[in-house]
Amino acid sequence: MTAEIIVVTSGKGGVGKTTTSASLATGLAMAGKKVAVIDFDVGLRNLDLIMGCERRVVYDFVNVVHGEATLKQSLIKDKRYENLYVLAASQTRDKDALTQEGVEKVLDGLSEEGFDYIICDSPAGIEKGAHLAMYFADKAVVVVNPEVSSVRDSDRILGLLASKTRRAERGEGQVTQHLLLTRYNPARVAIGEMLSVTDVEDILGIKVVGVIPESENVLTASNNGIPVIVDTASPAGQAYSDTVARILGEERPLRFIDVPKKGFLQRVFGG
Amino acid sequence: MGILDFLKRRPEPTATVARERLRIIVAQERSSRGAPDYLPMMRNELLEVIKKYVHVDIEAININLERDSGHEILELSVTLPDGKAKSDATDTTAAN
Repeated sequence: MTAEIIVVTSGKGGVGKTTTSASLATGLAMAGKKVAVIDFDVGLRNLDLIMGCERRVVYDFVNVVHGEATLKQSLIKDKRYENLYVLAASQTRDKDALTQEGVEKVLDGLSEEGFDYIICDSPAGIEKGAHLAMYFADKAVVVVNPEVSSVRDSDRILGLLASKTRRAERGEGQVTQHLLLTRYNPARVAIGEMLSVTDVEDILGIKVVGVIPESENVLTASNNGIPVIVDTASPAGQAYSDTVARILGEERPLRFIDVPKKGFLQRVFGG
Repeated sequence: MGILDFLKRRPEPTATVARERLRIIVAQERSSRGAPDYLPMMRNELLEVIKKYVHVDIEAININLERDSGHEILELSVTLPDGKAKSDATDTTAAN
């Protein structure tokens, strides 16, 4: 059984790729899958912080690619879920430290180790790191914000996924594309200040796999180094849980896309 | 600001503006996606050639690359102005 490779990508930076990678990987692990999440952002390591394992990084992705460490030595076991592992990015090398053959070797190695899912956290942009993160993917989660530059960049990324991946080059069928709308603010959508779910779906011609509401819990979670999906009481955490379930094939209605109805007292006194 | 202005003030539906701008730019970028790099250059050179014979603007030349299963169609259309071709060009033709 080979591992399923999922790239989390977006083109534009700061839209929530790492937050999504961390929650997606953790969510799949919570569902009992054996998961590895890899930070492809060589030079700007951050996934380790979001996953809360920054002080346990000894060897990184580039070390494995260059044969300076084994996969076993480099994989950091998550403290909450024993079937979840993090492979950190190197901070000292530049993006040329990754090669296609090297990345392939690491992914094959993980597959042999019996991993069910490999999550590739792509760097921003469309250069080498981003290209390598998506090249071997079976599925892609394209993270988009309801904002013009992010939507345009995701369209570009969707085009690249359809042409510049191993599947596309070998004619092995499309990389499955999932659109994930993050930082969604239903109140601003309601007054016409923000693109709606339907707007984004229409423009990009693809349905969303999930909508993550803009939520203070995301910052709190990253402050604590705990993926927000672990916070099962928070709207963002629940929205990520729904998203993971949908990626696993379950059907769930979208939540948190409408303005919460205010109670009588709230309407009178505000808040 | 007067109180009436304040009461009348409505948030501008900027999402609509964003949606329309994105529709146009995304459609435009999709149509040129994957097209060969030489297309803009070819368009300019073709324009030079055509200009020798007729007065046309660069906007009058449209190059389209369409992909069907298995083959590509490069379509070139030039909107000619109402007037006749340049007189010297006509002369050349006449001389032949």
